[in-house]
Amino acid sequence: MKAAILSADEMRRALTRIAHEILERNKGAEHLALIGVHTRGIPLAQRLAAKLRELEGVEVPLGRLDITLYRDDLSEIARQPIIRETEVPFDLARRRVVLVDDVLYTGRTVRAALDALIDLGRPEGIQLAVLIDRGHRELPIRADYVGKNLPTARSEVVKVKLAETDGLDSVELWDLDDVRGEQA
Amino acid sequence: MTGPKPKHLLDFQDWSPERLSALLDNADTMSQVLDRPVKKVPALQGLTVCTAFFENSTRTRVSFELAARRMSADVVSFAAGASSVSKGESIRDTIEVLTAYKVDAFVVRHAAAGAAHLVARYSGKPVINAGDGRRAHPTQALLDAYTIRREFGSLEGKKVAIIGDVRHSRVARSNAELLPKLGAEVVLCGPATLLPRDLAAAGVTLTTDPKEALRNADAVMALRLQQERMDAGYIGSLQDYARQYQVNDDLLAFAPEHAIVLHPGPMNRDVEISSQVADGPRSRILAQVENGQAVRMSTLYHLLVGRQ
Repeated sequence: MKAAILSADEMRRALTRIAHEILERNKGAEHLALIGVHTRGIPLAQRLAAKLRELEGVEVPLGRLDITLYRDDLSEIARQPIIRETEVPFDLARRRVVLVDDVLYTGRTVRAALDALIDLGRPEGIQLAVLIDRGHRELPIRADYVGKNLPTARSEVVKVKLAETDGLDSVELWDLDDVRGEQA
Repeated sequence: MTGPKPKHLLDFQDWSPERLSALLDNADTMSQVLDRPVKKVPALQGLTVCTAFFENSTRTRVSFELAARRMSADVVSFAAGASSVSKGESIRDTIEVLTAYKVDAFVVRHAAAGAAHLVARYSGKPVINAGDGRRAHPTQALLDAYTIRREFGSLEGKKVAIIGDVRHSRVARSNAELLPKLGAEVVLCGPATLLPRDLAAAGVTLTTDPKEALRNADAVMALRLQQERMDAGYIGSLQDYARQYQVNDDLLAFAPEHAIVLHPGPMNRDVEISSQVADGPRSRILAQVENGQAVRMSTLYHLLVGRQ
């Protein structure tokens, strides 16, 4: 590991701040919905929903989105990605949807998520919340809510670990070569 | 996942149970897509699928073409009757021409067993067998398996009774190959003349007694009696056949109450299946048709995405 970026406490505080910003910008939680992008966007959306419940006493509808079938490189890639479940159990019409993901990088995942979401219905608006914005956008996409802006090199990897998926909360910066070495 | 990824779906020889289960899992996702206002995903955008049907078919061809379009592939369709095949062009020449037009995958139906293998050899592209002679019809078996799995949650330990003209049925052969791989037991049942002994294998038993076949069955599949092939004296008469082997309420009384009824279609109503059963509460025949599209979308995804 090259650097520890966020501890569990810092992550909690970042999410609390995002929850406040969501409420402020949308003037409350009415007509809001949170949709997490597989994989780590889902627990992050759940945590934000819990914070909104804590702050406003409202239950914001939650959904999960898998973007595999919307990837723009799908017919070219060598490995077949596993398709996970998309579940949006509410009507998107007249909802302001906050799309939640862990890391914003090239913007291609978000583009795919926007396409996938719009095929499910026509929300009143879509906003984007990410825990880490690491830069290097390849598309004109920016986040509305950012836990931490983290300038990175393309040769680096941001590892977000969450208690729900990885057993602990942390954000770490790694060198790509070290990650490959670890996986080999 | 175990073993190399198969390039084609000609039969199930190269397909591990894990891969087959993954294909059926993904069919669940495809089925969700079909329930949405926009019944389309861009997964195969830019690719072209050719449905090459050297033998007549309506439902399988429409199902494949819709499946490909739902995945955003371009579809070029080819029917032998309206092509240069009727002028004497060989399969090889036809397929080589279509390959030169940059087709990315072929869906092939042919009256001759092994034709899909030939297309695979000549085209070098992924080929899906949509029925070759009496030999195989793998996507039909997959959609049958998927329909049963949706009903019961799993195929493990389920008993499937397949009744009728087994001899001429590529559907029966493909099911007898697939279902035991997925943990189900298959009983093939029909008059002795329509029940080739060489189909008995691990997980597959043969019987001429329909009541025996239906005992403890979770799913009962009636096969089309291929009347055009009955001149050879395989059965005494249609009436005799129907009396003994028609899947009707009387026969179904020998199956458990939870047993569902399947038919690969097209049906000869009141020959191999009674109208009452075909339209009754235990029938999943329309569900099979609907599931066919999702299963074919998943098949295209498996063969065209993530080539190794």
